[in-house]
Amino acid sequence: MSAPLDIEGPAAPPRSNGELVFAEPWESRAFGMAVSLYEAGAFTWPEFQAALVARIAAWESTAAPDEPYEYYRLWLAALEDVLTGLCAVTTEEVAARAETLARRPPGHDHSDDHAHPHPHEHPHPH
Amino acid sequence: MTTTSGTGDRLSPSLRTEALEQLLTERGLIDPKTMDGIITTYETNVGPLNGAKVVAKAWTDPEYRRRLLEDGTAAIRELGFSGAQGEHIVVVENTATTHHVVVCTLCSCYPWPVLGLPPSWYKDPAYRSRVVKEPRTVLSEMGLDLGDGVRITVHDSTAEVRWLVLPERPAGTEHLSEEELVPLVTRDAMVGVAKVAAP
Repeated sequence: MSAPLDIEGPAAPPRSNGELVFAEPWESRAFGMAVSLYEAGAFTWPEFQAALVARIAAWESTAAPDEPYEYYRLWLAALEDVLTGLCAVTTEEVAARAETLARRPPGHDHSDDHAHPHPHEHPHPH
Repeated sequence: MTTTSGTGDRLSPSLRTEALEQLLTERGLIDPKTMDGIITTYETNVGPLNGAKVVAKAWTDPEYRRRLLEDGTAAIRELGFSGAQGEHIVVVENTATTHHVVVCTLCSCYPWPVLGLPPSWYKDPAYRSRVVKEPRTVLSEMGLDLGDGVRITVHDSTAEVRWLVLPERPAGTEHLSEEELVPLVTRDAMVGVAKVAAP
């Protein structure tokens, strides 16, 4: 019929709020970015939701049967769709910046860079 | 993975996210500190414990239960829970003969203020497509066997509405206080894929 559902431990108690909600740090950044932009009024939630629904539908109609469903990849793609639609960024800009970041030497130090994909400890003086 | 440019595929989502965050920060559209706060909130503060408090109160306070079923958003806000994805929460009550279960077939809408962010099975395409078509089978696979006499209603979180299930209070808990009931209430019971068990 279909793949078994990925059921998490049924004993997972409701107060274990430390449950892993993001599998990787970038997922939390993609999530936080969308919510932050929504709260700042950059777009309405239905606008973002429509983009997410479209990305999910597109994935489901084209994915190979064994292709893993990666929710936050689609979330990120939807966010880019909305932002390019608003002309806040272009796809080419994002790709070019990501290319630049990919060329960083291993062990790069990005202490002057706010936008690395893990939560950071260093203070932000304002 | 769909990309809109020919260069996208070898760029990991991690790099794209970082690039996007840099560009938006430079343009003053986001503040990484604000993002940190939002992430911390959803990673550590907002979770099913909030919903469990709502349920335990409804079990012990008939007047609150009435308000909760009448206007979920307002009754939930009374306990201090509100925010994104909680603008319009409708609460449905499970009984011995009626069972409600929640899904979002199109994406993964979920009442964040009371349940936190959704678990992976809730986002899974298999759950989203199958629970509507064969709820009894899916619930059984998830460990919840409902008798044929129980009517199942599947609520699809379309548009603005977010659903919260008020589970049935288990027998044998009559002597427990509101505070003692809270730890019994699970996330899965508030989505409708499980029942609450007595301790």
